[in-house]
Amino acid sequence: MAAMASVGTSALRREGPEKLTGRALYLDDLDVPGAWHGVTVRAGVPRGRIKSVSFDPSFPWKECVVVTAKDIPGKNVVTLIEPDQPLLADGEVRHREEPILLIAHPDRAKAYEARSRVTVEYEPLPPVLSLEDSLSVKEKIFKDDNVFKSFLIEKGDLKGGFALADFVVEGEYRVPHQEQAYIENNAMAAWEKDGVLTVTGSLQCPYYVVKALKVLLGRDESKVRVIQTVTGGGFGGKEEYPSMIAGHAALLALKAKRPVKIVYDRHEDMAATTKRHPAVVRHRTGLTKDGRLVAQDVDVVMDGGAYATLSAVVLSRGTLHATGPYECPNVRVRARAVATNTPPNGAFRGFGAPQTLFAAELHWERISRALGLDALTLRRRNLYREGSVTATGQVLRESIGASECLDLVVKRSDYEKKRKDYDLWNADPAKPTWRGIGLSVCHHGAGFTGSGEVYLASRAAVALTRDGRILVLAASTEIGQGTNTIFAQMAADALGVPSDWVEVETPDTHKVPDSGPTVASRTTMVVGGLVRRAALELKAALDAEGGRVPKTRADLKKSAAALCGREPLRRFEVRYEKPPEIVWDEGTYRGDAYGVYSYAAFAADLEIDRATGEVRVRKATTAQDIGRAVNPRLAEGQIIGGCAQGLGWALLEEPVYKDGVMANAQLTNYVIPTSLDAPPFDVTIVERPYSRGPFGAKGVGELPMDVPAPAVAAAVRHATGRLIATIPQTPERILAALAGPEDA
Amino acid sequence: MIKLRVNGKPRMFRGAPFKRLLDVLREDFRLTGAKEGCGEGECGACTVLLDGEPVNACLIPVCQAAGRRVETVEALGTPEKLSKLQASFLERGGAQCGICTPGMLVAARAHLASGGRPDDASVREALAGNLCRCTGYQHIVESVLAAAKGAKKPAKAKRPRA
Ligand code: FES
Ligand code: FES
Repeated sequence: MAAMASVGTSALRREGPEKLTGRALYLDDLDVPGAWHGVTVRAGVPRGRIKSVSFDPSFPWKECVVVTAKDIPGKNVVTLIEPDQPLLADGEVRHREEPILLIAHPDRAKAYEARSRVTVEYEPLPPVLSLEDSLSVKEKIFKDDNVFKSFLIEKGDLKGGFALADFVVEGEYRVPHQEQAYIENNAMAAWEKDGVLTVTGSLQCPYYVVKALKVLLGRDESKVRVIQTVTGGGFGGKEEYPSMIAGHAALLALKAKRPVKIVYDRHEDMAATTKRHPAVVRHRTGLTKDGRLVAQDVDVVMDGGAYATLSAVVLSRGTLHATGPYECPNVRVRARAVATNTPPNGAFRGFGAPQTLFAAELHWERISRALGLDALTLRRRNLYREGSVTATGQVLRESIGASECLDLVVKRSDYEKKRKDYDLWNADPAKPTWRGIGLSVCHHGAGFTGSGEVYLASRAAVALTRDGRILVLAASTEIGQGTNTIFAQMAADALGVPSDWVEVETPDTHKVPDSGPTVASRTTMVVGGLVRRAALELKAALDAEGGRVPKTRADLKKSAAALCGREPLRRFEVRYEKPPEIVWDEGTYRGDAYGVYSYAAFAADLEIDRATGEVRVRKATTAQDIGRAVNPRLAEGQIIGGCAQGLGWALLEEPVYKDGVMANAQLTNYVIPTSLDAPPFDVTIVERPYSRGPFGAKGVGELPMDVPAPAVAAAVRHATGRLIATIPQTPERILAALAGPEDA
Repeated sequence: MIKLRVNGKPRMFRGAPFKRLLDVLREDFRLTGAKEGCGEGECGACTVLLDGEPVNACLIPVCQAAGRRVETVEALGTPEKLSKLQASFLERGGAQCGICTPGMLVAARAHLASGGRPDDASVREALAGNLCRCTGYQHIVESVLAAAKGAKKPAKAKRPRA
């Protein structure tokens, strides 16, 4: 009898017992014998040329190790997409939190004291601190136009489309930065032993760190080893910045000739590391009087910060999601990411899509007002269905749960009845609150955009050791989302063995192949697919060896001994292969932008205190089509957690920038949702299997972040009669809007 | 020298009396279950029990714990033998990245042990000082409620097409 299928069951979190008992070791918990503490001296000015660096002579500098750009053996660059960001500024500084030099000391407090005894003098240069200033090009800080990257998508005939329109509706929407606010701050340790530089710490993408260290240190990959420690959340915030910290720790360790630990405190982590890109999105939309889209013209500008980092790809995803999940024959999307003298913005769950989807979804409220048709009917008229053609000309062939998600949410939230009930409630002056319910529907492309997966050419392996252990070898990191558990489930089912026979190796670049980064909702669908294929190869080998897959552990040991012979293990490695039907043209931005999309709908049901403007979300209802839930409980955890972050962005979270740096870089005044802010969630997982996904699975990680903000803004409009085209919708903003006129 | 009881055992600390209890636990006693998330009393990752009451160990000087009982997550159970509360978290997805978990468990335990009500609102109130960025809290609250009721299995996630 074959083992019971594990995929589709809520198998328990693999590393759960260690996390629940305080045994799981995060970087700061690791006892690294002899380690010194590393700290970073940062610019403190938004833009300027370094004139001099001086060290207070009364401090005992010989107790420390100090590293400057001159100590870099290879290239002074944090390798990512463009080689423009230095590891340590040398000459010009472009943002306040830019690292200038590094200090390590055996005593942590002394290391911090040393940092305060360094003085850097600058010749100031005029900074560019806002997206608008950057666009006006008063100061050139990147090439001739301050534009890191631009994209253009065109479909059909825009002018002709507007000519057919009975209504043209315009709107401008703005979203701010957002801080990932993982509870474990960034932390990294490094040491050299036997000529190999090892870096270990809190990170999402071990091979990004390897690639950066190779260039920085001028070393071969075999002399650089990166190992992930248990990681206390990432959400994109540990995608790129760990390469910077790893480089810092490596340089200090090499110079000090001993291990060095760098553990950021909350303030440093918030002020210096990447955030979600703020954006301004403008829509001009043509519709027929029965509510069909005939023309969509969208303009997107994102603030990339001081260096290019990931802005091009964040912008790309934002551009590709800018129309929302609706079919329109005539489309233009123009998008730019611009430079400012602020710390670089980067990856955060959703990766550009939440920004543009906020605009696309909230715009239905304006359209609804202009046409006199409700936003639900309008969405239903235009939503993607089988055979729809997207703005890039992609024909949607399968696994399109948009309508089903919307219908489920409308029903389960009692949307239509509540729209009416709340109108009555709001009309009663005796009521202490206003109530509102608002909707959103979003899509989210799974995996890298366009040809990204082809360039990545990710690999994963499954190995069988001579003593009968089955190991999954992949560089995808467990950062809370459940990678360990679902990989074991998928490998076990492919092999036809119980899932507790399968172990998942810790990402260590000297043990696991490069599976690409842990980002872009690609772990389950793309890397999980590789794990499944590798497991099938092992199964074929076992079949060939014994004629069948072992039924007992003892059987497995026998087969393993036979299969391995004298080798310690047999390893079956596979590489990504592009499904032949996916075609993408990078030059024209036409074709299949993503292999498949996941879909979600969301209803925010909330009330607002009439006196204080305070918002309480009474209930959040969501349905999400993720293809197949490999582990429903973990998937539900992703959905609720992601939606809670979206609600935080919608209602509470606002990084306040002053002179080019986050002024509220503390959890005291950068407020994220607590257990009292988070509403009860009603979650339905919709399963429209994707034929190319392992067991039918699509992506789930980012989608939940897309839906809450526009639904909240729509609900606030229902409650107050005011469309507030920005977030967070704080009591101050709501009261200010109420002081103005009701929407025309 | 400061004497205190940590997880039932007498411990002694020699050093600066104003060293944070969190650092004494983590560095001197090598009990790294309690975490530092903010160092300023906002996140609750450092929550421990002081004479049974949840406190932020990042705000308490060790001298304030002199002669008192300190309990950390390490006292609750082991990976081989989880406590009922821990097993409930495992079963229901109460821990994702796990960094907030030790603090959550300790705060939840204090709530239940002190006779706090096992209902949604009271549990949320009791955990309001513990930030979690991963879960959106629902699975945590369900874990605590189920442990209080001694329930066995989590509700199945809703899926219209199985
Ligand atoms: S570390 Fe103590 S409350 Fe955050
Ligand atoms: S589980 Fe990650 S912060 Fe709570």
